[in-house]
Amino acid sequence: MHHRYDVIVVGAGGAGLMSALYAAKGGVSVACISKLYPTRSHTGAAQGGIGAALGNIQEDHWEWHMFDTVKGGDYLTDQDAAEVFSKDIIDVVYELEHMGLPFSRTPEGKIAQRKFGGHTRDFGKAAVERSCYAKDRTGHMILQTLYQQNVKEGTLFFNEFHVTDLLIENGRCTGVVAYELSTGELHTFHAKAVILAAGGYGRVFKITSNALTLTGDLMSIYYRKGLPLEDMEFYQFHPTGLAKLGILVTEGIRGEGGILRNSNLERFMERYAPSIKDLAPRDIVARSMTTEIREGRGVGKDKDAIYIDLTHLPREVIEGKLAEITDLARTYLGQDPVKDLVMVQPTAHYAMGGIPTDLNGLCLSDGNGGSIEGLYAAGEQACVSLHGANRLGTNSLGDLVVFGRRAGKYAAEYARQVEFGDLPDDPEADSRQEFERLRTSNGKENAAGIRKDLQETMMKNVGIFRNGKDMAYQVEYIKELKARYANVAVADPSRKYNSELIEALETGFLLDCAEAMASSAVNRTESRGAHDREDFHSRDDVNWLKHTMAYKDLNSPDNVIIGYKPVALKGFTRSFEPKPRVY
Amino acid sequence: MTQTPVIDSAVNPPVAAAPAAVDVPMMRLHVKILRFNPETDKKAHWVTYDMEAQPGDRMVDVLNEIKWYKETGLAFRRSCQHGICGSDAMLINGRNRLACKTLVRDVAKDGGTVTVEPIRGLKVEKDLLVDMEPFFDAYRAIMPYFIHPTPFPAKEQYQSEANAEKMAHSSNCILCACCTTSCPIFWVNGSYIGPAALVQAHRFIFDTRDEAKQQRLGVVNQNTGVWRCRTAYNCTEACPRGIPITQLIEEVKREVMFGQS
Repeated sequence: MHHRYDVIVVGAGGAGLMSALYAAKGGVSVACISKLYPTRSHTGAAQGGIGAALGNIQEDHWEWHMFDTVKGGDYLTDQDAAEVFSKDIIDVVYELEHMGLPFSRTPEGKIAQRKFGGHTRDFGKAAVERSCYAKDRTGHMILQTLYQQNVKEGTLFFNEFHVTDLLIENGRCTGVVAYELSTGELHTFHAKAVILAAGGYGRVFKITSNALTLTGDLMSIYYRKGLPLEDMEFYQFHPTGLAKLGILVTEGIRGEGGILRNSNLERFMERYAPSIKDLAPRDIVARSMTTEIREGRGVGKDKDAIYIDLTHLPREVIEGKLAEITDLARTYLGQDPVKDLVMVQPTAHYAMGGIPTDLNGLCLSDGNGGSIEGLYAAGEQACVSLHGANRLGTNSLGDLVVFGRRAGKYAAEYARQVEFGDLPDDPEADSRQEFERLRTSNGKENAAGIRKDLQETMMKNVGIFRNGKDMAYQVEYIKELKARYANVAVADPSRKYNSELIEALETGFLLDCAEAMASSAVNRTESRGAHDREDFHSRDDVNWLKHTMAYKDLNSPDNVIIGYKPVALKGFTRSFEPKPRVY
Repeated sequence: MTQTPVIDSAVNPPVAAAPAAVDVPMMRLHVKILRFNPETDKKAHWVTYDMEAQPGDRMVDVLNEIKWYKETGLAFRRSCQHGICGSDAMLINGRNRLACKTLVRDVAKDGGTVTVEPIRGLKVEKDLLVDMEPFFDAYRAIMPYFIHPTPFPAKEQYQSEANAEKMAHSSNCILCACCTTSCPIFWVNGSYIGPAALVQAHRFIFDTRDEAKQQRLGVVNQNTGVWRCRTAYNCTEACPRGIPITQLIEEVKREVMFGQS
């Protein structure tokens, strides 16, 4: 089936919904394609807040937020992006409030704010209340509010449509191909501009806070075209996932005063980050916890977890401001934060890297300023690069709405100026071929088995602590998994709601993301932010203050070509010189 | 576990809870699923799968295990797997629940049987997967969006903590449909907008910033609206978010009677 809209948005989480609203404001026809019902998107799982220098509790300035973001990213953050972000986010938070978002409030009725990891006043002097929150379900409220606004504006949604291909002809994107889950039919969406906002790929790891559906689909599709993925080696492990399950426990628990303790009940973060302790950025806390565990001070049956202690906080704070995680701990671990220590462990959480874009969301085709006309990206699946080598807590929700808004605005502006481009003769050919291969294969491999093997080995070899030997092994192992993937067969022959077929396809996407990640990681011979190498302990600004651009070699598909892109070390009005990163 | 060290800032030393149920032996269970494939079946039929699971596993883990390694054609929705996305509402042992917030030990004994069926009142598309469109139609009918024609201040609108708290329950809804599809009135009369839509109506009617209260009260006062509720309480019992739905519906009813101009 054939459809035609000025702007197509792929994905209906925070970035997709915000960009759809702004594209529609630009006076063009908009449709949003999502593989889930919009309110199922994983933005809803974000808990702790959205950081903006409103200064509702104590003095705050966008320059301080910019500095924290740059330092938090271990100076790999593009400072022009950080400046745009730190200014824009203030306005966007007010805009969300004007959309009706039910924020928690201060006693005088302003938007409530709390402390969060790495957010400081006066360029690192002490923690500051910057995270604007709605209890501990801020992401849920952002997702609901943005969906509500799209219902109000009459945005057209194609729910449970899986995008399987991007149509790019002569450096211009002219649409997408999507698979309709309910019928098994392919659809061509012809568009003047396309915005990609389909989320991350946490499912490459075994223990993750990410939904089952976060399989890096659009990153992989982009990468398969020979286009680059930026900074894929930088993947954030959130310090506090529920033990064994990886379910997110918000950093807000530490913002509200929660304390991490080892098996001696020692507050060990005092040793790793003497000034801001438990409120150090996530990469540092996750590494500190892992070090405690490795040195035998873990807790639980396998001594592979750490305690988070909230027992000194008033019950009203725990059950009020932290209601969500209280429910999660009680439900899944039978541990009650009011009186028990809760067992947590680091969990794969967020991709700093992704599809490279400029400040307007335009997708970049290389590290030298080349771009794909008509193609935009925002949110976790994009890399602008606001987060550099490590994202600060709350900056993900901010990224979604700030850069989602920009992508929507600029995509509409572009769409207003151009005619529809030409589609290929048979736009669905590649997608049809891939589905037919999976349906008719007489191979013996099960996609779920391959995915499990991938997740376990990625966790072990490209996890929190990395070294050249394990990563090189993983690069080779992924080639083996890809060879097995070529023999995947889908047993279910049905056309309607064939989720086995979709999961097989998603496994293929994960393999690409893992390949780009492992290859980029083994190549970067330094430690920076979330990329920590046991064989290269220090940050190396002389050789490595640059973004990685990983390309699939289209002539030799097991080969990854690594290129680079300079870091924007200057903002528009403020800049921060790289310095050693201590807290 | 014995622990003696001193803990700073704590009046009473915290108690380490029992370790998570990782060292407990596996349970055997029979998972009896009501299956329907529109391409091959005339009507739904039960199929039983013999499974092993840890008592602390989620039912969604068990269903995934079946899907990935036993019966790959099994169709059901799920995504976040921790009760925030609202995808996996289903009837487990005759009660509406989210499969990801239901632990095996709470629904089965070792060697026992768990039944799993699609939620009721919506057309079954395949296995446990139902047509959600009528549910979202009802949601859209109550104008589920903030309406405020008056220009905004440059910064945020002020709202008291007490007024913000009035939305605490209703804004917690994840649109999973556990409530609406447990409602006997909805089963009989699909034109009733149902508890979930009324919870959403409550969220805006009691938002002191919103300016369309009278319009919303008009919508819920129609014959498809709030007066269809017979306070069966099924919705409150079914809600995986602990929202006191029946109470919220009563508050909406009172507002229609006394708050309408």
